[in-house]
Amino acid sequence: MNDMMQGWTDICALDDIVPDTGVCALVDGEQVAVFRVGERELYAIGNFDPNAHAAVLSRGLVGSLGERTVVASPIYKQHFDLCTGECIEAPEHSVRVWSVRLGADGRVRVGPTAR
Amino acid sequence: MKLVVIGNGMVGHKLLEELMAAHHTGLEITVLCEEPRVAYDRVHLSEFFTGKSADELSLAAPGFFAQPGLDLRLNARAVRIDRAIKQIVTADGEIIRYDKLVLATGSTPFVPPIPGNDRPACLVYRTIEDLQAMAEWGARSRVGVVVGGGLLGLECAKALCDMGLKAHVVEFAPRLMAVQMDDGGGRMLQRKIEELGVTVHTQKGTQAIIDGETARHRMQFADGSYLETDMIVFSAGIRPRDDLARQSELGVGERGGIRIDNFCRTRDRDVYAIGECALWGGKIFGLVAPGYDMARIVAAHLGALIKRKRSATNAPEFTGADMSTKLKLMGVDVASIGDAHGATPGSRTYQFSDERKQVYKKLVVSADGKRLLGGVLVGDATEYGTLLQMLLNGIELPAAPEFLILPSADGQAKPGLGIDALPASAQICSCNNVSKGQLCDAVSAGAMSIGALKAATKAGTSCGGCVPLATQIMKAEMKRQGLAVNNHLCEHFAYSRQELYHLVRVERIRRFDELLARHGKGLGCDICKPTIASILASCWNEFVLQKEHASLQDSNDYFLANIQKDGSYSVVPRMPGGEVTPDGLIAVGQIARKYGLYTKITGGQRVDMFGARLEQLPMIWEALIAAGFESGHAYGKSLRTVKSCVGSSWCRYGVQDAVGTAINLENRYKGLRSPHKLKFAVSGCTRECAEAQGKDVGVIATEKGWNLYVCGNGGMKPRHAELLVGDLDTPTLIAYIDRFLMFYIRTADRLQRTSVWRDNLEGGLDYLRDVIVHDTLGLAAELETEMQQVVNAYECEWKKAVNDPPTRRRFQHFVNSNAGDDNVSFVSERGQIRPATAAEKRERPRRIPITVETE
Ligand code: SRM
Ligand SMILES: Cc1cc2nc3c(=O)[nH]c(=O)nc-3n(C[C@H](O)[C@H](O)[C@H](O)COP(=O)(O)OP(=O)(O)OC[C@H]3O[C@@H](n4cnc5c(N)ncnc54)[C@H](O)[C@@H]3O)c2cc1C
Ligand code: SF4
Ligand code: FES
Repeated sequence: MNDMMQGWTDICALDDIVPDTGVCALVDGEQVAVFRVGERELYAIGNFDPNAHAAVLSRGLVGSLGERTVVASPIYKQHFDLCTGECIEAPEHSVRVWSVRLGADGRVRVGPTAR
Repeated sequence: MKLVVIGNGMVGHKLLEELMAAHHTGLEITVLCEEPRVAYDRVHLSEFFTGKSADELSLAAPGFFAQPGLDLRLNARAVRIDRAIKQIVTADGEIIRYDKLVLATGSTPFVPPIPGNDRPACLVYRTIEDLQAMAEWGARSRVGVVVGGGLLGLECAKALCDMGLKAHVVEFAPRLMAVQMDDGGGRMLQRKIEELGVTVHTQKGTQAIIDGETARHRMQFADGSYLETDMIVFSAGIRPRDDLARQSELGVGERGGIRIDNFCRTRDRDVYAIGECALWGGKIFGLVAPGYDMARIVAAHLGALIKRKRSATNAPEFTGADMSTKLKLMGVDVASIGDAHGATPGSRTYQFSDERKQVYKKLVVSADGKRLLGGVLVGDATEYGTLLQMLLNGIELPAAPEFLILPSADGQAKPGLGIDALPASAQICSCNNVSKGQLCDAVSAGAMSIGALKAATKAGTSCGGCVPLATQIMKAEMKRQGLAVNNHLCEHFAYSRQELYHLVRVERIRRFDELLARHGKGLGCDICKPTIASILASCWNEFVLQKEHASLQDSNDYFLANIQKDGSYSVVPRMPGGEVTPDGLIAVGQIARKYGLYTKITGGQRVDMFGARLEQLPMIWEALIAAGFESGHAYGKSLRTVKSCVGSSWCRYGVQDAVGTAINLENRYKGLRSPHKLKFAVSGCTRECAEAQGKDVGVIATEKGWNLYVCGNGGMKPRHAELLVGDLDTPTLIAYIDRFLMFYIRTADRLQRTSVWRDNLEGGLDYLRDVIVHDTLGLAAELETEMQQVVNAYECEWKKAVNDPPTRRRFQHFVNSNAGDDNVSFVSERGQIRPATAAEKRERPRRIPITVETE
């Protein structure tokens, strides 16, 4: 209720996301890729892969590279840092990041503005 | 300098390579080549019969003869040399001037002067044209005879067998390979050869060839007996082609051969002779390695002359050659080293023979027992490389040299030749003159696989005999340099794929998390997750999308479809063997029309439907399953298709049921997850319309059953498959494919196609054959059981997915909306859809509506 007032979008229940995978959410007309890493960690970045010109990042494989948690684009396999949206192989093709929260009700909500 | 080279055979070509690599300025070379094609690999000529084309045997790199300074004349035979005016006349009457001349005219097969030797189907074995003639006559013959039981004769007999002929070898001497073998070795060899199905007749002198009663010819022998045969191939030695030298009085030996000095010069300082036409120290060398040596010597000599324009007396000299040989016949290990007959005064011999295993070995050592002088190995030539190095480098023998050839007691290592004992100058590859030092340098420069080492040094690229030793040297050198091969899968697992496979099997691990907790670190990544998902599937074959496995799958496996450039998917239903009913085709057509999909016949003999959106996939598959289709696994690293030709059911040439077998194989191995994708094909006869020799597993019908080819592929680096074993019945064929696939799955690296895997297998195809056919590792039963478990656990993934609500829910573009991906848009082309280009998207933001037809 509180979240709604601040403009957060309720997208799904935590259980709707298989651990270590992503889903794509429609947030204010934009495609946002939301990832669940392990049981409760959540990340949200733009879904559009600027390298491939396709809206597919939510379908990538999640993993770690050194200390960074990343997703690999399913098209040409570039890695995007889930915390910063940086494209590791091609920083000029980085994507935006959204805030994402897990409510006490077990719902996943994405924040109003992209960072 | 104007150089003319007569003959573009193996040795003549080597000379050209050496000269061109040195980039001399002002060198103009004219090459006269009598044959209709440029130099090819005569050493591997027999592979022409197992499918190698003339092009593949070619020795000339693409573009080689296009280099400036090189003038190649094909079909041009030199007929006269006028040394006084330094010119050559060709058969066409053309006149060519030279400053320096090299004769590299090789030799011709010797045909004994037997009456009737010029009858039809009396052939020789030297050129591609000779082989073509053999193939033509072979197709019209049942029985074939090879006259001559030497190295080449035996190779030729094997070729006759492979053509399906009943083969005989007729030898004048009392044993086979009389030059290289002693009596004991010759006897054992004869038994081995006879086991291959060749009948051997020794001590037979042929007196005449006349009309036969049961076959085309009858060969009458001096002892009154006779043999009937349809074709005869003479392989009774070679005669140097020295007629040009005779005509121009260059000096030839009593029994032929152009006399040369240590720089390979004839008596005319401007004329050299190299290869099999040359006579050095009273000897003709009928092997390619000494010829290559001569080519290098002439190249260096000419190079010195060009550079310094004065005599080149300190250039390298020819010093003779080692005539040790190892026979490269399939299934017969034979080697002869140095003084095989123990002719050196005072030499001692050690012999070992095992009649049951049919192994014979002999060592000849010096009077003081310290040096190896020679040896014979029949039935098992594993020690060839080691013994040869001991001989060539004069390495001191161990106190009890007999242990070098005695079978080792259980678990005891043989006294090997410590690689360290070899000097850097030791020649490891005699075909290409590569020393241990050069191999080590190549390793330092980054060649760390046998493939890379071959590319960098050429070692192992001719007869292949040196590969095991070269591999040992590579490994030792890497170790010495502290260059442990890092074959770790990725930063999360410090293991190779093979080791991980082993851990999963042995510890019976069924979950990625479990493996990561026990043997890895971090979260995993897009390298290790799909690899381990594939290993788990190869071992246990659980549903790839069940909760524990889903997050490991690559996008293609996760959605059981192939992602396309715009994020849409393609759908490929399985059509085993490429067979599909009209109703099946109609159903596919209706479904494609209903969802507005682009359809195309793939290179794998089935239909691909493109442009499906994520949310449409389950509906499309429900309809396909209802029409009787299953997943085609076009998305997986797994069996793709088994291509087939129509085979004996329809084709007038077919000898077996290719379609039926292809369908059975496809159904057996469908869904099998592997290190890389797998492709099969089955052809109904040798015309090979299914292109089985371009597949990981190729099956070609014969009159008697099936020939099994393995480790081929198309794609980026096409590779012909190689014959693993021939004339199999269907159950044996399947057993061998089971073993082959499971052995590959066990031991290959991630994303390693079977051809690359085979190239990296120590021991190559012979080793593979030992494991699969002769079961030397004792693994066969286990591999077959493992495969049967996978086969039994097969389920169509799509059937499972559409009927599993949690899985099905994932097929949705937005988790919080039913809308589709507005980034996917199509335009129409040739009556079907295709993804809009970026420019088209900008121009026409409205995509064409996808018409959903209602039936
Ligand atoms: C659809 C098809 C082309 C076609 O329209 O005919 C095709 C399409 C693709 N091929 Fe292929 N290949 C297709 C037949 C072939 C063939 C021909 C054959 O199988 O007889 C070859 C050469 C034979 C071979 O593989 O040995 C072939 C060699 C490759 C290669 C190179 C493999 C190699 O070892 O060099 C790749 C790349 C790879 O796998 O890493 C590849 C990869 C691909 C991928 C998966 C590339 C990708 O990741 O997007 C393409 C997408 C498939 C899809 O459905 O979206 N495709 N591809 C063919 C599907 C066959 C099928 O029914 O399953
Ligand atoms: C089936 C087979 C298997 C073999 N296996 C082995 C093996 O395992 N190991 C090994 O070391 N060796 C092997 N050899 C021997 C090896 O092939 C020869 O030693 C090698 O080819 C010799 O090379 P060369 O250049 O001297 O002669 P060639 O390769 O015969 O080349 C001579 C060329 O000169 C041409 N020529 C001749 N006269 C003229 C002219 N007047 N004008 C123009 N052109 C002319 C000929 O047409 C020919 O093309 C094998 C040979 C055969 C046939
Ligand atoms: S050849 Fe290249 S473009 Fe064509 S289907 Fe295969 S991978 Fe795609
Ligand atoms: S020794 Fe023949 S290839 Fe090396």
